[in-house]
Parts: sequence; C-alpha cells; structure tokens
Amino acid sequence: MSVVPSTESLPERRRVGDRFGDLFLHGLTGAAAAAAVVLLGAIAWKIFQLAWPAITKYGLAFVTRQGWDTVHNKFGALDLIWGTAVTSFGALLIATPLSIAIGLYLSELAPRGARTVIASLVELLAAIPSVVLGLWGILVLGPFVGEDLEPWLHRHLGFIPLFSGSPENAGILVAILVLTIMVVPITSSVCRELFLSVPAELEQGALALGATRWEMVRGVILPYTRTGVSAAVLLGLGRAVGEAIAVTQVIGAGHGIHWSLFVTGDTLASKLAEQYQGAVSNLQIASLVYLAAILLVISLLVNLAAQFIVRRFSHEHAGQN
Amino acid sequence: MAVDAGRYALTLSPRTRRRKLVNLLMQALATLAALSAVAVLAIVIVSVAQRGASALTLDFFTKTAATFGQSGGGVANALVGSIVIVALATVMSVPVGILVALYVSEFAPPSIAGVTRLALDVLNGLPSIIIGIFVYGLLVIGSGQAAWKGSFALAIIMLPLVARATQEVLALVPSTLREGALALGASRWRTVLGVVLPTSVGGILTGTVLAVARAAGETAPLLFTTSIAANAVTWDPRQPVLSIPYDIFVLSESPDPADHARAWALGLVLISFVLVTSLTARLLLVRYRKRLEG
Amino acid sequence: MKADTMSAVAPIEIAQPREAPRSASDREIVFETRGLTISYGKAPAVSDVNLAIYRNLVTAIIGPSGCGKSTFLRSLNRMNDLVPSAKVEGEVLYHGQNIYGDGVDPVEVRRRIGMVFQKPNPFPKSIYDNVAWGLRVLGMKDDLDGRVERALTQAALWDEVKDRLKKGAFGLSGGQQQRLCIARAIAVEPDVVLLDEPASALDPIATSKIEDLMHELKNEYTLVIVTHNMQQAARVADMTAFFTLERTETGGHGVLVEYDETPKIFTQPSDKRTEGYVTGRFG
Repeated sequence: MSVVPSTESLPERRRVGDRFGDLFLHGLTGAAAAAAVVLLGAIAWKIFQLAWPAITKYGLAFVTRQGWDTVHNKFGALDLIWGTAVTSFGALLIATPLSIAIGLYLSELAPRGARTVIASLVELLAAIPSVVLGLWGILVLGPFVGEDLEPWLHRHLGFIPLFSGSPENAGILVAILVLTIMVVPITSSVCRELFLSVPAELEQGALALGATRWEMVRGVILPYTRTGVSAAVLLGLGRAVGEAIAVTQVIGAGHGIHWSLFVTGDTLASKLAEQYQGAVSNLQIASLVYLAAILLVISLLVNLAAQFIVRRFSHEHAGQN
Repeated sequence: MAVDAGRYALTLSPRTRRRKLVNLLMQALATLAALSAVAVLAIVIVSVAQRGASALTLDFFTKTAATFGQSGGGVANALVGSIVIVALATVMSVPVGILVALYVSEFAPPSIAGVTRLALDVLNGLPSIIIGIFVYGLLVIGSGQAAWKGSFALAIIMLPLVARATQEVLALVPSTLREGALALGASRWRTVLGVVLPTSVGGILTGTVLAVARAAGETAPLLFTTSIAANAVTWDPRQPVLSIPYDIFVLSESPDPADHARAWALGLVLISFVLVTSLTARLLLVRYRKRLEG
Repeated sequence: MKADTMSAVAPIEIAQPREAPRSASDREIVFETRGLTISYGKAPAVSDVNLAIYRNLVTAIIGPSGCGKSTFLRSLNRMNDLVPSAKVEGEVLYHGQNIYGDGVDPVEVRRRIGMVFQKPNPFPKSIYDNVAWGLRVLGMKDDLDGRVERALTQAALWDEVKDRLKKGAFGLSGGQQQRLCIARAIAVEPDVVLLDEPASALDPIATSKIEDLMHELKNEYTLVIVTHNMQQAARVADMTAFFTLERTETGGHGVLVEYDETPKIFTQPSDKRTEGYVTGRFG
C-alpha cells in the first residue's frame, strides 16, 4: 500500500516564505548587478564632472595643445597623447609577434609535459605587480638601456631618427620595454587558447597534403584565428595605454614631442601618477582630470572594440563544428 | 617491384629541403620567444631576490618583532597598512561579486546577463588610476584620505575578478544538481543558497585569492586615496595609511641608495606574496575543477 | 546449411558493383606491408599485417569497429606520426622503399599519398583557394587556374562550383564539401589516395556520387578505402581486406584475416571469421 502525500497538508506559511525568499534573493542579486553597471556610469560621470572646468576652458583644443606649464597655468594634452601613442604602439609592435610566437610554441611545439609549466611561467609574468616591475625598470633595465642598449643602437642605427639623441637611463624606450613585458603574458595566453581551439581535422587536412608544420600554421591556424588575435592585441593595447605606475617610474617625466626614443617623456596615465601629490591651482587639477577623461575615452574605445570582436568571433566559428 | 627512382623516390627535393629549413627556422624563433619570456621572468625575480634579500637580513631582521621608524618611513606601518586596506577591500568586494555572479548565472534573462557581463569586462579593463581618481572625486575631496577609501578603490578592481571567477564556477555546477533540488520541492532561493553555492565554495575561494593577489600589488588607486600618512603603525581604517606598493613606489623614486635597498626588500616581500598566492590559487582551481567535472 | 562448411555462402543480398572488378594479376604493387604492427604506447592496435596494394585498383579495408582499420590506413601516409604515443614496427614499402626508413621525410611521403577524411574538412577559405593552397605550398604554381579546374572536374564538382569559386567553402553541402576535399587531395597529383570512411557522414545520394567518383578516379590513382559499410565495399572495391579484432588478456588488437578479390571475399571466403562477418553473424 503506497502512501500518497496529501497536498492540503502543505503549510501556506512555508509557501509564502519561499516565495518571499525567492523574490528577496532575486532582488538582492539584481541590485548588485545593477550597482556594477551603474558604477561604470558613475565613474565616467565623475571624471567628466571633475574635469569640467578645464573642459569648458579649453574645449577640444586641449587635445591639440602642447605644454604643461604649472607656473603660468597653461595646460595641454598633446605631449601626453603623443607619449601614450608612441609607448603603446611601440610596445605592441614588439609584443604582438612575440605573443603569437609564444602562443604557437605553447600550442604546437612544446613537449607535452613542459606545456603547462611554461604556460604558467609566462602567465606568472603578468602577476608581477607593476610597481615592482617599475622598480626593476629604474634600477636594472634603465642603466642597461642607457649604458649599453641605446649607445649600441645609436652607434649602428643612429641615422634613423628614432635612435638619435643622447642615451639616457630613463625615457620612452625603457617605458616601451617595460610595457612589452606587461603586455606579452596577456596577449600570448589568449593567442595560445585561440590556437588550441583550431579543429584538429583542419590541421590534419593540411598536413595530409604534404605541408610542413609551419605551412600548416601559416595557411590554416593563423587565418582561422585572425579575428581572435586582433582582439587579443586590443586587450594588450588597453593594458599598455592604462599603465600609470611602471611607466611613470621609468619614463623620466619629460615633455615635448620628439622623434627620438631615447628622450624622456610622459603619457596620459604616467602624468596623472606623477602629479598625484597635489596640484597648485584648481585649473591644474581640472586639467589633470581632463587628461584622465581622455584616457578613459581611449581605454573604453579599445576595450569595447576588443569585447565586440570577441563576441562576434564566437559567432563566426559557431556553425562550423 | 622495381624501384622507379625517378617518379616515386622519397628523397628530398631541393624545394622540399628549403621548405623544411624555413619550418625549422620558424620553430627555432617560436622556441626562442617562449624561452626569452621565461628568461625575463627569471631575471626580474632573481634581481629582486638578490637585492632584496641582502636588505632583508639587515633591517628586516627586526621587522617581524618591532616597528622601525628610522628615516624614510618604516616597513611595519606599510605592512600593517596593506593588510588593513586589502582585508577591507576583500570584505567589500567579495559579497557583492558573488551576488552579481549569482544574478547573471541563476536569475538574469539572457540579454541582461549579457549586458552585465559586458559591464564587468569593461570594468576589468579600466586603468586603475582612473578608478583612483574616481574614488578621490567621490569620497576624498572635502573630507580627506582614509584607508577605507583606498579599500573602496581596490574593491572596484577586485569586483569583476571575483564575479567572473564565481560565474565560471557556477557554470560548472552540473544542472542535474539544481534540478534534483528543485524536483524535491525546494524553492529557488534554497536551491541556490543550500546546494549551488556550497558546491561552488572552492572555486569562489580561489577566485577571491587571485583577486587579493592582484589588489595587494596595486599602487595607482591608492595614490589619491591613502598616501599621505603618518609614520606610526595604525590599524584604524579611518586614517590614511601607507601600503607596501605605495612605499615601494616612493622609495624607488628617491635618489638615496638606502631607500632603494628598502624598496628591493619590500618588493621581494610583495612579489613573494603575490607569486605564492597566485600559484597556489591556480593549482587549487585546477584540482577543484577536476573534482567538479568528475 | 551447416555453419562450419566452407561452401559458397550468400544469405544476405550482396550489392552489385557497377562494373566487373578488376583483377590484381600482373599489376604493379604500390604498397607492401611486412609485419606491420602499430601500437599506442604498450598496447598494439594492429598486429603483423602483411598486405600488398595494387596499382589502379580500389582496395577496401573492412571489419568490425575497433579492429584498427583507420590506424592501418593512417600508417600508409605516416599520419600516425602525429600521435605522440604511436609506435610502428615492421615495414611499409612504397614502391620498394620503406616509408619509415631512415632519411625518409613524412612531408615527402604525404605529398605522394593523399588522404580524404571521414568528416569533410575544407579550409576556411574560398573554394578556389582550398584547391590552390596545396598547389601553392608545393610549388605547383604554373597554370594554377587550369590545375584547379582539372582537379574540380575530376572530382565531379566543377559544374556545381564554377560560378562561385571565390565564395567560401562552407557554403557547400556536406557532399559537395567532401568532393572539394577530394579535389584538394588530387590537385597535388598524388600517386595514391587514402579514404577514411569518406561517405559515412553523408546522405545516400551524396554517397552514391562519391562511389561513382571512385570508379573514375581509379583510372589515374590507386585508392585505398576504409569502410564500415560492407555493401559499399562490394559495390566499389576490386580487392577487399578483412580485418578483425583478436582478443587477448590485455585487450585486443586488429589482425588481417583475409585479403582477396572482392567477389571471392563476399561469396566464397576462405576464413570462417570472414564468413561470419560478411553474412552478418557478427560485427
């Protein structure tokens, strides 16, 4: 004889409690999510609010003005934008082929046992706090660059404007190298995952034709992962653009726009870090935050572009497997 | 069965020889790239260890016992300061991060989940100095610096990390577990709090540890929120406190070699903490994942 | 009919081939395996295979699942090299040269011995580039357009794609994609084409087209096909090799049981195991 549970005996109280509990949890978690989204908006809003006095004073011409004169209260962003562009793109120029090569090594070449070990080691590079990398940059990399690398470059390639000027221990080149060290682990680990995701049958199809491994990489893997790699590069760019501490430690707080990589300079982010100890005038503070606003816009654009590509890339190959 | 040496010979033609050479060259370049990345890691760690260790033996021998507040700022107050700031930031960010992840994975309709995830990803990519300026504008202007304000800035940085790690772990919980609980008549909230969340604790923990490791090394958000501090050791979050990364920053820019020595030592402490926690967290995550996937 | 008489058996309907199967007599041997044993790690997958493949014939490899048919096939163009734990003992003589000998490069081997896979795997490129890629890589760039057209024609695909050569290969149907893969393989002028269950992922009409194709292709190439479909082997193959799984304490490995002209395998098999398989009693 089976016992059929009677539905009338379920207490009403419990049902109401459950529904309330469900609603409460739903509401609480929803509020947290809303807060996260609102936070983004709040950050943008606050930055522009603080920068407003400078925005009204200079308008968009701020972006094309040179010079940062605290004595005469005249500020402009052009030097900093130039510095950001040169250091970031310089770092990307070196980091991108390096990252692709490392990604290929970790996905195709490395002996099975060593793969995870080396991959973890490369990722560990990303875990080094930027201030420690900057410290190493000032006291170890800087002297090497100023006393060995730059003189060598000047001696052999000094006809290129990039390598003209007198070698220094701090400057744009050191900043580029430090940023490269920060960007490579990020970009290479994304590249590695991308290369691993290429279907094996595609690789085998190429090899069965009598292609070498490199030809297979060039003909199948790289084209297949093209969009993903560009998103990875954008992620690296976002990192390079936003790095304030390590850059300010090694870039030497210079000004002006020069072709030489040996000179000191500043980026949007490093200028902010440099002047944190307080500005003399309100206009200076507002101008500083105006720099932050420009940095925010650049960073958002780069980031959103990367996210957009990632989301589209996952659709692109969805139908093929 | 004669060997037709011309047509069917399997010896390498000159063209194939060239192709194999290119192949070998590319393999060498890729290997070189990977090895140089590892080499840079080794160089940095060795530099810090070498220079930091020597300073450790002198001044830092007394670090754990007492404060030393000689010239240039002590180490103990930076240590304590970091502990206070990071602990508070963890308390602020972890519950919120878990809640956001719960919403995205258990409650949100797909479009809203997508928007939230995008917002978290964008938040994650924001330069930390901008977050510092934001908190400065929001909290510090007019009322001054304080440790908890620095914590707030760090919490904003930790939030997307905790949320993403929690989300990934929640996604690993087999749907059969949820369905089993619901089929027993348990309500949504009981299922989530009583079944799904406890199963995910291991992953949430490791995600938190990784976020802590990241926050412990951040300097930029603290510049504007908690940098002007007195020399004494204080556990009061309402005061501005020194932190390890900020101390390294200041010492590194000083011209005094004694300051450099202290910076290396602090750097060694920080790097050890960050690397050890990162490695442990990753290992735990791998093992936890294996257990979940069974 | 008693189960253990070695008399003619044909209790199930054996499909008729399109033309009379060719004879192997007086034909040149393209492949000869001697004592071929392939293992993954310690466990052998296929043991001691001695088999000769003849020129311009279609040779089918049949047998129950897990008996190492694909493993054997892949050893003929050294695709097993891609599996780290794979070990090959014995010899595979291609026109008298051991392809596993010292100094023989897998790249050269695969150039002569092409492969078509079970699931169509065209490159994420245009139809034209799918065929042209191998040609470019191997330096056969003269008259590229002509070569591409010839390959697609031989693969019975030209008419269907000649107006959309620059379109992506993924726009094609499954059957068309597989014929594209065949075109890609024959474009580089191999000597042999290996086909690993080429129609198992396709519908019956597409399958029929592929089988027709094989009849044409064997005039120029030597074909070796692995198939789990006995009827297909009966329709298409001139020679058939029957593999089966031999169980041991540690597991099992594949062995070659019988190899003969197709009609004989299906109507008068010499081995009881072959008889059991082709009459549908097992496998």
